[in-house]
Amino acid sequence: MSDTVTVYVPRETTAVSLGANAVADKIAALDKVRLVRNGSWGACWLEPLVEVVVGEQRIAYGPVGPGDVDSLVAADFLHGGEHALRQGPVNEIPYLINQERWTFHRVGLIDPLSVDDFSAHGGFGGISRAFESGPEGVLAELKTSGLRGRGGAGFPTAIKWQTVADAAADQKYIACNADEGDSGTFSDRMLMEGDPLTLIEGMLIAGFAVGASKGYVYLRSEYPLTNTIFSQALAAARESGWLGDNIHDSGFNFDIELHLGAGSYVCGEETAMLESLEGKAGVIRFKPPLPALEGLFGKPTVVNNVITLASVPNIISLGGERYAQFGPGRSKGTLAFQLAGNIKRGGLVEKAFGLTLRELIDDFGGGTASGRPIRAVQVGGPLGAYIPEHQLDVPLDYEKFTEIGAGVGHGGIVVFDETVDMAAQARFAMEFCAVESCGKCTPCRIGSVRGVEVIDKILADDNRAANLDLLDELCDTMIDGSLCAMGGMTPFPVRSAVEYFPEDFQPPAGAK
Amino acid sequence: MAIRYDASIATEIINNFGAKPEMLVQILHAFVSRYSYISDEAIRQIANELNLSRADVHGVVSYYHDFRTSPPGKRVVKICQAESCQAMGSRELTAHAENVLGVAMSETSTDGELTLEPVYCLGNCACSPAVMIDNEVFGRVDAAKFDGLLDGQGARP
Repeated sequence: MSDTVTVYVPRETTAVSLGANAVADKIAALDKVRLVRNGSWGACWLEPLVEVVVGEQRIAYGPVGPGDVDSLVAADFLHGGEHALRQGPVNEIPYLINQERWTFHRVGLIDPLSVDDFSAHGGFGGISRAFESGPEGVLAELKTSGLRGRGGAGFPTAIKWQTVADAAADQKYIACNADEGDSGTFSDRMLMEGDPLTLIEGMLIAGFAVGASKGYVYLRSEYPLTNTIFSQALAAARESGWLGDNIHDSGFNFDIELHLGAGSYVCGEETAMLESLEGKAGVIRFKPPLPALEGLFGKPTVVNNVITLASVPNIISLGGERYAQFGPGRSKGTLAFQLAGNIKRGGLVEKAFGLTLRELIDDFGGGTASGRPIRAVQVGGPLGAYIPEHQLDVPLDYEKFTEIGAGVGHGGIVVFDETVDMAAQARFAMEFCAVESCGKCTPCRIGSVRGVEVIDKILADDNRAANLDLLDELCDTMIDGSLCAMGGMTPFPVRSAVEYFPEDFQPPAGAK
Repeated sequence: MAIRYDASIATEIINNFGAKPEMLVQILHAFVSRYSYISDEAIRQIANELNLSRADVHGVVSYYHDFRTSPPGKRVVKICQAESCQAMGSRELTAHAENVLGVAMSETSTDGELTLEPVYCLGNCACSPAVMIDNEVFGRVDAAKFDGLLDGQGARP
């Protein structure tokens, strides 16, 4: 066995979308190879990234297409041989070593479905510590950490959990929001594909802390591979006694049910998600009552995003204080930023809050894929503002972004080069809202349709000045009169486009 | 391939989810997996067995993009229309697809071979533009790669 070589080939959506399965099949057919399907480290531009274990090191090759395997074999890659695609030891790739990996520290490293591999790298350390310290100990540690909701709203997690813990009820729930619908975001997916047991452990800790015995994961249907992998992880957790009754003799019972969304963007809003989990149309609920008091099936419910829950195990096992050392002011800890759109080195970068967009885009991302200058960057999904080039030095921090009328959201960063038509982007924001509005609030349902019409009139030079005023007024109405972020934030990308790129809303040169 | 509706199998699917109304979205997914769409017959039976009104079930079916009420083409091709893919040319790719396939977005070809649909984000944004054919995702799809995927060459990338 000693001459058997271990090779890692990711089983992860992006890697697979670029041929990783065919690469894996070819490598598995070689003699004396043990193939492990890991998650992606997040250096997506190098996918499919193949790693070969040579001595103590994992030598990386990428991007490896199915057609490259023969030449890799000829170069003796199974012993770390030289090849044009050789990237050196994976733990020396600058993109990866310059990160602060807290939530993603096992993603890429381990076999996502191996409970042994997970445990050998600190897995279940958080829940074990929680069993020792009791629910109060968990809540205290979480408070110290300063963790805020990573789904986009940034609400302090400890306050939410404390509210549910303090509520008296015969049944409480943990509902994990994995309806990652924002364009430019894929961190939930990468975590669930690359280290799904961490999410399960985070939900266990949440259930233990607030007194809930049942958890739900609401996963979007656009992620079929994630669905397969996470279902397998749930089975592995049950089999090893980490889900079910009397978990590892703790006296604590907890199980998780996986539900699929059905293509509705607004179901990423927490109350719409709860409706969908109850089998209904994803129409949002009026708040109050807060889901923490009357959530799923009317019971106290912790609703948290995947990354929030997955950040918890390390906070409990390493201590909240250590987490709070990352990040400035009230933006404590790390965020898994996602570099997307027109970017040379797209991927996932987990860093402490406080670095600038420019550092992320230039130092990690290497600028645009097209090589043309950047014109606009949309941060935080389709409801996030378009940020012009001259604002790229603002630090990524919840408060600093609020000051410039933008939001960090779920950490998705979509880069556009100079060829972008910002009027088309503003129109799309309204159009998307019209398609995805749940229909409950008039400003959102009707306002978005009117928004498209008004932008069309502006572009046709029909009463331009008056229609620009009307668009502005419409944005106010949507912000003030919508119950949730769908209608309430669609004006952000629209207004930022009009404000920073007014030239795109002029009639085409030579017209009229 | 259209699978003929079978009431006893439908009951079995519903019972797999405990015949509970809160499982309606999951039950509808299971129906789409088996029958490719939600028929009137299915709505009637689901409503009956979950003790819901037909209007209740219809309301849920019509709310979600995933629950189509007519059979799709043999292959379903989805092109991401969201921002990250826009930044990498998805509008041009969409126009190319409509042109070579002779089908507009959200339509099925007259021979029933193929349905073209928009999708808003497949989470493959670091390697845009993204396309999904049946349940398989493809990254960095330009016009030439798109044509290759449809020809079946490289249907497995």
